[in-house]
Order: sequence, then C-alpha cells, then structure tokens
Amino acid sequence: MSSRHDWTVLTTLLLTVLLVYVVAPQQAASQTFNVGQPVTPAAVKDWGVNISPSGDGLPAGGATAIEGRRIYQQRCARCHGINGTEGPDSVLVGGQGSLASEVASKTVGSYWPLATTLWDYINRAMPFDQPGVLAADEVYGSVAYVLYLNGIIDESERMDAMTVPKLQMPNRNGFVPDPRPDVD
Amino acid sequence: MVLQTRRGFLKLGAILGPTFAALQPSVLFGQLQDAARTLGHGVSAYGARSRFETVVRLLRDSRHSEASSSQTPLQDLHGTITPSALHFERHHAGVPNIDPSTHRLLIHGLVERPLEFSLDDLKRLPTVSRIYSLECSGNSRTLWGEAGATTAQSTHGMTSCSEWVGIPLSLLLQEVGVRPEATWLVAEGADASRLNRSLPLTKALDNTLVAFGQNGEALRPAQGYPLRLFVPGWEGNISVKWLRRIELVDQPYMTREETSKYTDLLPDGNARQFTFVMEAKSVITHPSGGQQLSSLGSHQIEGIAWSGRGRVDRVEVSTNGGEDWHRAELQTPILPLAHTRFRFNWTWDGRETVLQSRCIDETGYTQPTRDALIAARGLQSGYHNNAIQSWKVAADGTVENVYV
Repeated sequence: MSSRHDWTVLTTLLLTVLLVYVVAPQQAASQTFNVGQPVTPAAVKDWGVNISPSGDGLPAGGATAIEGRRIYQQRCARCHGINGTEGPDSVLVGGQGSLASEVASKTVGSYWPLATTLWDYINRAMPFDQPGVLAADEVYGSVAYVLYLNGIIDESERMDAMTVPKLQMPNRNGFVPDPRPDVD
Repeated sequence: MVLQTRRGFLKLGAILGPTFAALQPSVLFGQLQDAARTLGHGVSAYGARSRFETVVRLLRDSRHSEASSSQTPLQDLHGTITPSALHFERHHAGVPNIDPSTHRLLIHGLVERPLEFSLDDLKRLPTVSRIYSLECSGNSRTLWGEAGATTAQSTHGMTSCSEWVGIPLSLLLQEVGVRPEATWLVAEGADASRLNRSLPLTKALDNTLVAFGQNGEALRPAQGYPLRLFVPGWEGNISVKWLRRIELVDQPYMTREETSKYTDLLPDGNARQFTFVMEAKSVITHPSGGQQLSSLGSHQIEGIAWSGRGRVDRVEVSTNGGEDWHRAELQTPILPLAHTRFRFNWTWDGRETVLQSRCIDETGYTQPTRDALIAARGLQSGYHNNAIQSWKVAADGTVENVYV
C-alpha cells in the first residue's frame, strides 16, 4: 500500500511540474496560427504613443507657460477663447469648487485628474482640424499654458517628462469606482 | 363578408360609412394595375430601398458635424436588426477614409511578440459572428432634463443592433503572447482624434471582438471600416472604431475619454469612473412620442429591450402609469446582449393614460424609475440613463414624453 501511495504522490508531482513549468509557458508563448508580421521595437515607436499616468511615453523636450502662450494663442484660442473660458468649444479654465453644486463646470482645472491625460489628448487630437501638427515642445507649451490659466502652475514652471506626471491636479482624487447596480 | 362583385363592395362601403365609400375601386386597385402594365426596372448591382421609404437618422444639432451624433429611427424599424445605414453614429473627429489594403492593426506593449496584422491576415483566422446591440452611454441623456415633444428616436435612438463578424480578441492576444504583468490594454482608432480607451484584460479575453463585418457586408465607414473593436454590453465609446493599435499595459491609462468624458458626476462632487456596463433598458416604440392613435380599440404596444449583463428575462408593460404591470410577449430567439422585441395587445378606451415598459434581465435586475435613478445619482451624471420611459397618450390620440 505504502509504495503504491508513494507512486501516486510521485506521479502527481511529476504531472504538476510538467503542467506548470513545461506546458503552461509553452501555451502562453506559442503562436497557434502563425499569422501577423513581427514588428521591431524601433518600428513600434513610429505608430505613436499612449501616455501612462506615470509618464511612460512622454518625449524629451519641455516648455513653460511663458513659452506656451504664443502657441495657445495661435492654435487653441480660436475655439477655446483667449482665456480658456469663452468657448465656443470646450471651456478649459475655471469651475474649481463647482463640482458639488447644481451648476458643475467640468474643465481641465476643475475636473481632469491628471496632466498626463492633457498631454496625451492635445498630442493626439488637437488642434481639432489639424491634429498632429504640434511638435513635442509645442504640446508641452500648450499644456503648461492651460495649467497656468487654471492657476495650477506658475508662468515659469517648466513642463517636461519629469514634471507632468508629478503634477497634483485639483480633482486627482475625485473619481470613484462603479458601484452599480445601485438602483433596483 | 366576401367581396365578389363591385356592387357587393359598394354595399360594404355604404355600411362602413361615407369616408370608406368614397374610396372607389378604381383608386384602390388602379396603382396596382398601372404598375402591372408597366415594365419594371431590371436587376441592379447594389440595391436601394423604395422611393416611398424615407425613414432617416436624426442628426444632432452641433457646431461640428464631425464631432456629433445621429440617432436610429427606432419607432420606424421592424424586428431587431438595425439596417447598417441607420445605425446610430457618434464621431469625435469625423469619419476617416481608410484604404483597407494599407490598414494594419498593431498589438504591442507587454507581449512576447509585437505583431502587425493586415485585413488579409485577420481573415485567415477562424471568424465568429454574433448578434449584439451597441448603446452609447449618452443615450437618453436629454431625459435628465425637461420632458417634451420628443420621439423614441430622439430619446433612445443611440442604440442599434447588428450581426457583427470578426475575430475574438483573445485569439489575437494568444498570437502575440500576453505577458503576466499585463492587466489592461489601450485601444486606439485611426480617426483624426486617434481616440483611445483603456479596456480591462479580463473583458478583452471574455467576449470582445475585432470586427470587420456588419450585417453581411463590410463595416460601414461610420461604424469603423475596415476594423473596429466590439465590446459587447459595454458603453459604445469603448468599442473603438477604425482600430489601428492595441497596447498591453499594467494599468488604465486614464485617457481623455475615460476621465473628462464618459464619467458620471454625483451630487457630492465625486464622479464614477469606468462605468462600463449598459444596464437593462427598454422603450415602447409604438405608440411613442410624435405618433397618433387614430381609433379606439385594439392596438399593439411594441418596443425593444436589452441588457448589457446578458439576456432579457422578461418585459412588463403598464398602461396606467405604473399602477399595474403586465407581462409582454417576447419575440424569440432572445439573444444575450442584443435587442429583444416585445409586444403587448392593448385596448384603448379613449381616455388619457401613460404607457410604460420595464425590462428585467437574467440577473434579476429591474429597469428603475427615473425618480429612483435621480435619488441615487442626482441630475448631472449625464451618462447611463436607463430609466423607465413614459409616453402619455392624450384623449385625442397624440403621444408625448412625460415624467410620472
């Protein structure tokens, strides 16, 4: 009996080792259909970036609001207003402290939780009718200027790959997970 | 009564009254005779609907039509499949004009092998087809505001239902080999806003598709041609159209579309984030706002119901403003995460009343009242309004939206 038991234990152990260390990684690593073309890391860069909350993807370069003022006035003010408050498109400035009121104003300053989001969005989608036209320094400059208009940074604070992810936005802690179903 | 002779027909006309009698047989049958005596048009390469059919999408009034929406005419459709040409739209930077022969999907990030797929590559893989509805989380957004002279199209027209054909995303992720530290992915479109959204890996591996087909043909450009993500049951915005890139990452990237937009602001100033599921909902499409009941007596109440959590279990209809509820008949097959059509035979006595429907899904969740939603979320949460819809039928037969 004892030796049979030992065999069972040993077999189970061997099977487990086989499954965990041999079969599983191979399944995870092996292509089933061998379809799709391999891409080098260098080629991946050409596809553009997503910016993570910790700043992954942010390029070299940087700018202050002083430097960004000109690009904002040239490229952004036409739709967002010279002060970021006039529209006619999305209001970018003001509204801090309004979110719990009956006339909440959701702006970059009052609502957006991260400055990395602002960099990512301007870089990919702005200006509306000419996306992609801004150089990295111009994106940093317009980010800096919008944050400056919101009173979040000083005019001379430089926005770059180090400072943008570290900025404490006013509504950083204003988001909560989905509790639904909340009504039934 | 069998109408055998012209004389017999006229007799019937006299019985039914002057209006009906005024319809001479020559008027009734004349058009048929004309059509039958004229040679029709021949075969055509791509079909068009009859010139008598004029139902169209409703375009939202917007400063930029490229960053706007259009709504499906729910009250004029039959069955559950939305014609591709009438599927609702929501674009953020216009509809791009993409040549499929040069379009590629890149999957990279926390993977063993970054890979680039052409449309031809994807079509070599085993495809699946699924009937799913898609609802914008901003659907019924206006119903947080004042009630008024609206139609089912304007209140609920940002939901549509199609047969989608594509590759399970899980299969593509197997090809690239997802690394263990990956927990989310960021999907990106090839439109002028390169719209990006974070998607939890669990949902990506569950039932998410990379779709190229819709209702038997290629996706319409407005629906993401040549390739889109399709995330069943979840808010429409995350089903990224014109899909060009998927990056496997270790956290949500907090993109603009999941922070400043598509989050639900509460009365305390906090906002709910990653409110993905579109909860159970229904709407009566007949009789509905803007329509008119022309006579007393028997009428078919009809509508559609759906749930982002699975199948519709049942739909209940009230013909007296929510006092009594009756079980509606459901058109089978009842598919999960898709529109289900319901019907209820109603006899109208000519008095003013309020018609409502509520959907109960297979999880046991019941579509809530508008008051219950407002009590839980206030009036500024904007998205995810799945409240019971009320249509008032006035004594003159006109129908309009009310809150009860």
